[in-house]
Amino acid sequence: MRVFVVQRIIGAVIALSGAIMLPPIALSLAFDDGTTAAFVESALLSLVVGALLWLPVRRARGELRLRDGFIVTTAIWVLVSGSCALPFMLGPSKLGFTDAYFEAASGLTTTGATVITNLDQLPQSLLFYRQSLCFLGGMGIVILAIAILPMLRIGGSQLFRAETTGPVKDAKLTPRIAETARALWLVYVGLNAACALSFWLGGMTLLDAIGHAFSAVATGGFSTHDASMGYFDSPLLEAICIVFMFLGGVNFALHFVAWRRASGAPYFRDAEIKAYLAIAASVSVLIAFDTYLRDVFPTFMESLRHATFQTVSNMTTTGYTTVGFAGWPGFAPMLLVLIGFVGGCSGSTSGGMKVVRVMILFRQGAREVLQLVHPRGRFLVKIGGHSVPGAVLAAVTAFCTLYVFSYVVMALALAATGVDLVTAWSAVAACINNMGPGLGVVSVHFRDLNDASVWICSFAMILGRLEVFTVLVLFTPAFWKE
Amino acid sequence: MKILVLGAGTVGTSVAAALAAESNDITVVDTDALRLRELSEKLDLRTVHGHAAHPSVLAQAGAEDAELLIAVTNSDETNIIACQVADALYNTPTKIARVREAEYLDHPELITRGRLAINVVISPEHLVCRHVQRLIEYPGALQVLDFADGHAVLVATRALVGGALVGHQIKELRGHLPATVDARVAAIFRRGKPVRPEGNTVIEADDEVFFLADRRDIRTVMSELRKLDKPARRVFLAGGGNIGKALAKAMENSYSVKILERSRERSKLLAEDLQNSIVLVGDAADEDLLREENIDQTDVYCALTNDDEANILSAMLAKKLGCPRVISLINRPAYAELVEGGPIDIAVSPQQVTLSALLTHIRQGTMVRVHSLRRGAAEAIEAVALGDRRTSRVIGRAVEELELPAGTTLGGIVRGEKLLIAHHDVVIEHNDHIILFLVDKRQLRHVEQMFRADATAI
Repeated sequence: MRVFVVQRIIGAVIALSGAIMLPPIALSLAFDDGTTAAFVESALLSLVVGALLWLPVRRARGELRLRDGFIVTTAIWVLVSGSCALPFMLGPSKLGFTDAYFEAASGLTTTGATVITNLDQLPQSLLFYRQSLCFLGGMGIVILAIAILPMLRIGGSQLFRAETTGPVKDAKLTPRIAETARALWLVYVGLNAACALSFWLGGMTLLDAIGHAFSAVATGGFSTHDASMGYFDSPLLEAICIVFMFLGGVNFALHFVAWRRASGAPYFRDAEIKAYLAIAASVSVLIAFDTYLRDVFPTFMESLRHATFQTVSNMTTTGYTTVGFAGWPGFAPMLLVLIGFVGGCSGSTSGGMKVVRVMILFRQGAREVLQLVHPRGRFLVKIGGHSVPGAVLAAVTAFCTLYVFSYVVMALALAATGVDLVTAWSAVAACINNMGPGLGVVSVHFRDLNDASVWICSFAMILGRLEVFTVLVLFTPAFWKE
Repeated sequence: MKILVLGAGTVGTSVAAALAAESNDITVVDTDALRLRELSEKLDLRTVHGHAAHPSVLAQAGAEDAELLIAVTNSDETNIIACQVADALYNTPTKIARVREAEYLDHPELITRGRLAINVVISPEHLVCRHVQRLIEYPGALQVLDFADGHAVLVATRALVGGALVGHQIKELRGHLPATVDARVAAIFRRGKPVRPEGNTVIEADDEVFFLADRRDIRTVMSELRKLDKPARRVFLAGGGNIGKALAKAMENSYSVKILERSRERSKLLAEDLQNSIVLVGDAADEDLLREENIDQTDVYCALTNDDEANILSAMLAKKLGCPRVISLINRPAYAELVEGGPIDIAVSPQQVTLSALLTHIRQGTMVRVHSLRRGAAEAIEAVALGDRRTSRVIGRAVEELELPAGTTLGGIVRGEKLLIAHHDVVIEHNDHIILFLVDKRQLRHVEQMFRADATAI
């Protein structure tokens, strides 16, 4: 491992993470809400710590190896979450380190779970800061770093490989990795702008519009109001939100190709997006019927409105709520938590296991059944008419197994700290899938959890965001052996 | 006619044999000297040894004054280049090439846009696949042939006890059929011998009956001759070669298709390309496998490997295990004679299918389609009547006035998109497509002459 190169990159990223605080500083000055000092102190602290790491090794040069990529990726998420937690500690929210770290990690992993209960009383600058964490987290600090920090001279795709989501990692859009990152970033910013504009035209204030666009496209789910999207109580805004959450859950490579060719054809050819749409639509309708028949809502249209919003919100792992689903009778709350495991498409901002992995897993199961009926048959697992190579199948199976295993272990750990079972299972599901709201105690916020549980949840968020392997590989002795 | 045949493989040999018998000037080119010697000893033709696409070889074979070039070597590329060369250097008027590779066939614009100097592309796999597909679509049919772009269909079937017309005279047919349906019995083969179908001919059980009808009426007419088999739903294909694969691909969306392939490598490829078929790995002669896959509940079993013996045996096995209909690819005419109608319901000869497609393009004048029937013993011809009463020997005459050679039956006339059954008083017009049935192939010349628009008369 090239310790110095890794250290140089991490130092630079931490120092620059102070830059996230510049817009909030400007806002706090404009509103004169007294949080300027907190942001300036946080920014300076990040800058100093980063610089201390960076200065001694600033001349270190060298190609990153695959292994270094794991460390860099994980370290950036873990450490930047730390530096981004500072404003929550120093600012008017007055959180302890545990809660502040959770809040920052929740933003950067686009989970959207919060420990803050009085959002509507907080200054605009701090709220905007929270939203911008989602924005940055959405496409990943790593891609941002590659796109805007050419001084890092990271040319290897290994970093990208450790970062991008989904099983097919070599579907590159443009030949150079930095070009790819820039292309994806462009699409991402474009979607955010379109979303903000739509929200603004739909009746939000400009700051709310931008803020919610940041967390909708990033499928984060932070809101500037305690009541989340329910605050606006507007079917139009909810519809806009559904569209952009859904788009955020679509593979950004697909957005890019569609945008470059100026045609919608790539969307219609993609097998994953079809399954994604089918699952979202059928679960929405199912829950709409269920809630209507159980008299949760007076009319079917009302049921359909909330069911669709909540399904898309949870499946894309955004985690906005309108009326809150934890109290719905029947199986709906459970299904809405579990749907987060499916998540959005690979290569999107959403969390979960990703639709394509679930498809592969499901088709593997179907294949086994067919094989039992026709012992001499030759069956392949296919996605979009193409067979999935054995190595990918094995990787997907391993991923899903490890994902669920990690979930179970963490949920048990949460229960061990004294949290009730419904809360424990749903809280860890909400965190590992980067979804946000759970059931029980954590149906609205995570404030009432004990410190140990909050740390476990923070870990779950980062573990889920980095697709388990990236983090877990660091815990294997083999990784550290030269 | 001076004809150049490139390649002395199965198709090259059979086409050369068929054409030599009709007193054409045939030259066969191949790289296998031994093969050529055998051929020249057996048939009245010239042979040239060498690479079929080389200009010097083509020149030696007489490409300069050849009217027709048939490129059927086993390499697609050689066939294509040979046509290019013949076109560029010797201005050969008609060039036919056999192309197998789907990569080329998927781009018909290669030929239609005139980029490649080929007039007609023949693809045996494609032809055979279509042929077999027809047989599966029409249970009970032994042969299904298209005329006039599919507006008329000639169907061969075996009359069985239980058919309404069996044991009755042909003229009763019209009385049986609904008013909108018309059909004509074009020929009957009884114990392998042709019987001239007159109005008072009685159809017996086990006769092989050829009838001409509109595509939509096939099933109605067939029900007159035998108890109707129910439409096939489950199809079992043994052999995942090019034909098997193409067939599975064409049928997998409307039938439940199982395809059996021996090689693991190949089966993987099949499983990748086929979306709804079940690909099985194993030997077609494996009784347990067939039983395991419920062969007795399969409607049609097709043996499609390139090995005659294996096809025959596996089809017989499938029949024994309870499959009601078995179709087998059999190249050797002797084998086909031996088993067809007995243990195997239908023998399809890929060679014959290819040959008849080739012949269509080779026949002179106004012949647009020629189908070989009964392994080449008889032919069905579609000819276009061109000209007017003065220039043509058929136009303006009623059917009964035509001087048809012996052994020739006029089956029907396609005018525009409609099939007219040839009743004796129908008068032939310009641009009619006339479907004729020849029991005796030697009469082909006379028929050709009849339809040749006579230039001297103008």
